[in-house]
Amino acid sequence: MHPALGNEIIDGFLKALQLIFSGDPTVVEISVRSILISSSATMLSVLWGLPVAAILGLKRFRGRFVAKGFFHAMLGIPTVALGLVLYLFFSNAGPIGFLHWLYSPTAMIIGQAILITPITVSFITSAIESVDPEIKDLAKTLGASETEASIAVLKESMSGVVLAITASFNRAIAELGVVLMVGGNIAGLTSVLTTTIALETNKGNIELSIALAIILLLIVSALSISINLIQRRRT
Amino acid sequence: MKTILELENISKFYENITALDLVNLNVLEGEVLSLLGPNGSGKTTLLRIMAGIEKPTSGKMRFKGVRVDEGDACQVRLRTTMVFQKTALFNTSVYKNIAYGLQLRECSKRETDEKVKEVLKTVRLEGYEKRQAKKLSGGEQQRVALARALAIDTDVLLLDEPTANIDPKNVSIIEEVLSWVNKEKKTTMVIATHNMFQAEALANRAALLIEGRIVKVGSPQEIFALPSKLLASYAKLENVFSGISKSTGEGTSIVDVGDGLQIEAAFDITGNTTVFVRPEDIILSTNPIVSSARNVFEGQIAEISDLGAIVKLRVKAGRDFTVQITKRSFNDMQLNIDSKVFLAFKASSVQMV
Repeated sequence: MHPALGNEIIDGFLKALQLIFSGDPTVVEISVRSILISSSATMLSVLWGLPVAAILGLKRFRGRFVAKGFFHAMLGIPTVALGLVLYLFFSNAGPIGFLHWLYSPTAMIIGQAILITPITVSFITSAIESVDPEIKDLAKTLGASETEASIAVLKESMSGVVLAITASFNRAIAELGVVLMVGGNIAGLTSVLTTTIALETNKGNIELSIALAIILLLIVSALSISINLIQRRRT
Repeated sequence: MKTILELENISKFYENITALDLVNLNVLEGEVLSLLGPNGSGKTTLLRIMAGIEKPTSGKMRFKGVRVDEGDACQVRLRTTMVFQKTALFNTSVYKNIAYGLQLRECSKRETDEKVKEVLKTVRLEGYEKRQAKKLSGGEQQRVALARALAIDTDVLLLDEPTANIDPKNVSIIEEVLSWVNKEKKTTMVIATHNMFQAEALANRAALLIEGRIVKVGSPQEIFALPSKLLASYAKLENVFSGISKSTGEGTSIVDVGDGLQIEAAFDITGNTTVFVRPEDIILSTNPIVSSARNVFEGQIAEISDLGAIVKLRVKAGRDFTVQITKRSFNDMQLNIDSKVFLAFKASSVQMV
């Protein structure tokens, strides 16, 4: 590594810490927006993903393996390809262009939610399937209806469900391709941690990029550690 | 006694496998019915159908005269419950495990607290409310499962080999609890078991299930009077000893079962053999017995299980013997752990497996 580059990184790192601890308004605004957009996207993916996962995990029906295979395959979907499809949908010429959602936080939330749905569905399905098959029968023999017995199984798989939600949120907040294409990184409106890091680095604003990268890592790590601690206390 | 559960021509098929084939069986109110049969004979499937968690492929089931085999079995599930062979517990505290069925029945917090405390006392796990159920020993877990079933006070209690794979101490506790529940609460019970002692000591009637068909229903004694070879195929026999048999030349044999113990049997055979003696065929006394019994051994009581009218004892006499006596005899003889006793049984009581 060239000594000048090393100095630049250290200098950038120190300035980044200064930005974080001084409560720089741009850093705070971008961080808060990232958290809000990714939290909303995660909630949306859980809203539609949990019932799907519950059906895949609890019911036995024709086509179940094909459906599970589809969500597994979607785990590896290229984000830019998804971003392009969504861009075409949201653009003025697209089927839902009349909603004027392109380059808005709404488009980013929907984009992230679609992107993380395979994670939510696949992980929650696995969590439900890993529950002792006798739990459902046990609940029934204690007087539970079919729905109450299914809820009992979901409760048993709760640690796996929480893990799936955490992984989904982490994937959403770390995502770049989709949010860049449908959000556009408009300052004060759609710029989030990942898009700002990418663009500010290109512009040479290395200290802001490092500050935002540190925050991104802190959010992801803090969430994972907190979930781990909560689950350890529960068992 | 009135019929509480009526099974008429019940069949169950899993693709090409016939689990139950035209089973007709009536369970009477307040009775303990033991379900006997080899592994894979359909005992568990039959219990699951009775519990309303499995639907029969064909046939009719009536609970208190009402058809329950079609539609939602939720109503029958509120009146019956089942304890599984492989202990199934929710991954939470003992309290929450037991409270689950009570909460489904919309019991108040106070009622739930009281009931949980009461059933934990019954299964001798007082103070276990806050313990994580899955962190308990296997025997304790099964006692929690039993407590959970008892808490909801159902009309019928279905037990699928409730003491399989647990240690003798926990087996004794569960047997004592079951005996008490039937006697005091008059709960109807159906117990699938391989344990002859349980079938005889706890049950009023027994049904023998072989290859999905009921082949005999009668008193446990009638069922156990079937040839010992057939018996050994489905029942876990007590007092089973293997050794080398030597003919005495007088129509009997002496079987050397090791540990200095020789058992005289009323058959003439030489070579390796396995024999068993029914616990109820052994006479127990506190003084040496002078009788026609060819087998008399001195031993010490190692374990006592109180099953109400009957007391089961484990006696160390070179080898461990299970002996069954009445509670009255037990009290009259003032027996305790380590009491010195004599065991006697006839050569004709020794059966070859």
